Amino acid sequence: MSTRLATGGRLIDRSKSLTFTFDGKPMRGFQGDTLAAALLAGGQVLLGRSFKYHRPRGLLASGAEEPNALVNLGRNARQEPDQRVTMTELFDGLEASSQNRWPSLAFDIGAINDKLYKMFPAGFYYKTFMISLGAWAKVFEPVIRRAAGLGNAAKEADPDRYEQAYAFCDVLVAGGGVAGLAAALSEGRAGKRVILMEMTAHWGGRAPVDGGLIDGLSPDDWIAKTLAELRTLPNVRLMERTMVAGMHLHGSIIAYERVADHTPGDGRPRHRLWRVRPGITINAAGATERPLAFAGNDVPGVMLASAVRDYIVNWAVSPGDRVVVVANNDDAYRTALAVLDAGLSVPAVIDARDNVTGVLPMQVKARGVRILEGRGIARVLGRTGVTGVAICAQAGEGGVIETLPCDCVAMSGGWSPNVHLWSHVGGKLSWDADAALFRPDATRPPTGRDGGPIAASVGAANGLLTLDAIAAEAGMSAEVEPEAPLAPVWIMPAGATQALRYKSFLDFQNDVKVSDVELAAREGYTSVEHTKRYTTLGMASDQGKSSNINGLAILSDALGQTIPETGTTTFRPPYNPISFGAMAGEARGELFQPRRRTAMQDWHEAQHYHWEPVGFWRRPYCYPKAGESHRDAVNREIVNTRTNVGVLDASTLGKILVKGPDAGKFLDMMYTNMMSTLPVGKCRYGLMCNENGFLSDDGVVVRLSEDSWLCHTTSGGADRIHAHMEDWLQCEWWDWKVWTANLTEQYAQIAVVGPKARKVLEALGGMDVSKAALPFMGWAEGTLAGLPVRVYRISFSGELSYEIAVPANMGAALWDKVIAAGKAFGMMPYGTEALHVMRAEKGFIMIGDETDGTVIPQDLGLGWAISKKKADYIGKRAQQRSFMVAPDRWQLVGLETLDGSVLPDGAYATAEGFNANGQRNTQGRVTSSYYSPTLKKGIAMGLVPNGPARMGEVLEFPAGDKLFRARIVDPCFYDKEGEKSDV
Amino acid sequence: MQIIPCPYCGVEAEETELTYGHEAHLKRVGPDSDAADFEAYMFTRKNPKGVHFERWRHSNGCGKWFLAARHTVTLEVFGTYPAQTTEPPAELVEKIKAKCPEWKGWK
Repeated sequence: MSTRLATGGRLIDRSKSLTFTFDGKPMRGFQGDTLAAALLAGGQVLLGRSFKYHRPRGLLASGAEEPNALVNLGRNARQEPDQRVTMTELFDGLEASSQNRWPSLAFDIGAINDKLYKMFPAGFYYKTFMISLGAWAKVFEPVIRRAAGLGNAAKEADPDRYEQAYAFCDVLVAGGGVAGLAAALSEGRAGKRVILMEMTAHWGGRAPVDGGLIDGLSPDDWIAKTLAELRTLPNVRLMERTMVAGMHLHGSIIAYERVADHTPGDGRPRHRLWRVRPGITINAAGATERPLAFAGNDVPGVMLASAVRDYIVNWAVSPGDRVVVVANNDDAYRTALAVLDAGLSVPAVIDARDNVTGVLPMQVKARGVRILEGRGIARVLGRTGVTGVAICAQAGEGGVIETLPCDCVAMSGGWSPNVHLWSHVGGKLSWDADAALFRPDATRPPTGRDGGPIAASVGAANGLLTLDAIAAEAGMSAEVEPEAPLAPVWIMPAGATQALRYKSFLDFQNDVKVSDVELAAREGYTSVEHTKRYTTLGMASDQGKSSNINGLAILSDALGQTIPETGTTTFRPPYNPISFGAMAGEARGELFQPRRRTAMQDWHEAQHYHWEPVGFWRRPYCYPKAGESHRDAVNREIVNTRTNVGVLDASTLGKILVKGPDAGKFLDMMYTNMMSTLPVGKCRYGLMCNENGFLSDDGVVVRLSEDSWLCHTTSGGADRIHAHMEDWLQCEWWDWKVWTANLTEQYAQIAVVGPKARKVLEALGGMDVSKAALPFMGWAEGTLAGLPVRVYRISFSGELSYEIAVPANMGAALWDKVIAAGKAFGMMPYGTEALHVMRAEKGFIMIGDETDGTVIPQDLGLGWAISKKKADYIGKRAQQRSFMVAPDRWQLVGLETLDGSVLPDGAYATAEGFNANGQRNTQGRVTSSYYSPTLKKGIAMGLVPNGPARMGEVLEFPAGDKLFRARIVDPCFYDKEGEKSDV
Repeated sequence: MQIIPCPYCGVEAEETELTYGHEAHLKRVGPDSDAADFEAYMFTRKNPKGVHFERWRHSNGCGKWFLAARHTVTLEVFGTYPAQTTEPPAELVEKIKAKCPEWKGWK
């Protein structure tokens, strides 16, 4: 039975008692406890159910590598699943609950899966795909979704605050153990800008628990002395509770600071995500102890040997009264000594090695503990907690020699350096056969932008597993018990029967057993990367921390090759999970993305407008009156514009000034039509294609003066088209004398549209806006209502239309004056939806509706806008390709339903027969579709193979359970002669 | 995140300031050209496992397009230079040759 010891505990403050709950049960702990320590101290050994088989699980570890003890923390909006109890600092009022169990942790229906383990072998998930698609959708997926997976996320918005920050330094040290502290001190004394990050709340790593002397001092004293000196150095920054999560390209670092997880509600941001640019990163992340693979190694109470002594020494918690140690190395004997020092019993140490003569084993033996040499564990007894172990010969098949009662098993399969950071961007590893570990290969480091190394490794992360070796590397001296070599033991016993292999876990988090990896090998998975995905070994948050080397070794054995021949899987960041909140930082809500505002935005907002996002703008979609639906508002705005006059905020339209002696020549290359011949004072609609021939943007080009043109682009296209122009100017025709400037936000633009538009401008007064002075497709400069304006006679609605440009700082003033002047003529503002419907009534295309990157101008009946005189323009060569001139290209037509209904946007017209995938053949699709209040029926545009030659033909458009029939017609539904705009 | 220096403004720009823009030193093939030549220009782009000459734009900075020689495996940036040239600077070519003896040249 696990319990709190009466004395000791170097990290706890017994004067500060904390209360918390687990599955609703009130429990107590001390300041300084992790949730793991407090749960264990309260006798809570069973902490969760496993992912796939719902096996009872308890703590395996005491740190970041913990695969089992994931709980749900908090409730409601602060509910957070899959939190490691070993990395959770206890605070007063903490609420935790177990996961993946129903109806309760102690009695879980899903545990039936464990009895059916033969039905869930490696690749079970993938094998279900093979049966039939119907079975997957109806049977397997719903069952798997209910049974698998761990916790549940909160359904409400996260009420906590998160931050992101940047930092720069010469040296970043990842890990605050002895090696990391020594490295930071050495670099700090040398005057380097140093940041030292430690994942936990404590400095010094394992040394205080494992013992020894550093430069003649106890680890605790050495750590205190070193920290004291580091804190005097202004060029050194120490960061606790900060995990170096990953190394990224060119050595950039992402680190994760858990600022206030342990002090909830104190007003500080909960987490902070750091982006660090170090000159070099020193990986001092230590090492992780490996489990041993024996049957029942996942029963609650079976723990890593290092974890057992951590709980005893750091938190004064005994994981059990009778602790059997099972190991292949000398280091694990430190656990036996710690257990004995705590006054608990060690019934035996089971050592897989035949001749055990090391200093540490002899110390244990001297205290009267049996050491069983050449022995292994055949199986662990107990289900929801250890009750004993059955002991066998390591060399045999598992025949039981004796059984020993115990309530805790401390296992050690040796240690693996935490090489994750080294490997994230390609640092290579070499296999050390004697120590049975992968260590960083210093001759093949990860490299940065200049080809030089961006990382170094020190301490246990560099494969140095003893204090004296770590100290020597750092130029210090240490005294510690020498250790005899370990025996590489990957499965226990060596000849374990299949029945034992079915219960020997390699990856506790993903429920992967020895038998699964061996099955994958038999089924032909020879690549370690494939085996990982097939079996899920080392996936999810484990990332190979506890499972990696054991799994590789079993796979290598099954494939009959060495471990280095098998190699490791790719280590991916983050080292341990980081919160989505930290990744999002402050980019949420109002700050999610920048917002662009036109000069008239305040006015729109005051109207309670209904908006839609257009790029970073929020353009008015329509302006509903009280009680009016959006659709009714749109229809009203259209009818009013076509019969009286409407006003539109057109400021978002892209405006690019192109100027210079060669500007005309340049625009002739940019546009399909001729712009150099456009007379000063005139406007011309132009098309832009990309070099592959496809239509990319359109807009009206204005000849401002002999050497300058103003190019209007689509609202979303201004930045892209400006970049496109600059690309050609800078990289192809850099000797042409042309300058471009994106003036989109320099001007506000107001479209006054409708039969009474001229009257509104006349009422504003200040310039001649008659047809004679300012004809259709002309422009003029002057003043309106006393403001300096440029007025264009261009129309996207088919009505008499003036687009008035004014410097942006006068936009709101002019808008107010237009609104006031329009009152007498029944003017109403209209939004983007009315704009869209009116352009569709006129058969005008919209980039992004009628185009999708595969459409050329010729497809849209815009051949008239392609100059036949020009030798070249961007896209011309591409449009000469045979399939660009084929008659069966999908081409623009109008579509009119037989019953006047509105076609579904995007619907496909069916053709006879079926394609190779058994889908109906198609002959065209709807690109724009609206209800036209002008025509009082549905109107649509679409692309149909050879469409313009098929006028009058009726196509069928199935949509859901309805069938629409529509006739191919001319795409212009309104004022075909264009008389209304040219008045 | 990669850092590539902009040869115009001198900023050591992070990738988020930059826009990638395909292979450098392409020669434009215009109207009435041979179909194979156009295909080679338009589509058959180099994709080496090794030294690559490519275009970048300092789009969230000075706005200039520039050219870079970069290793597609190690991501080493050998150098950057203005886009107004038809071939890489000789000293850059020499630097890459010295670092990557197996490199067969930029053409």
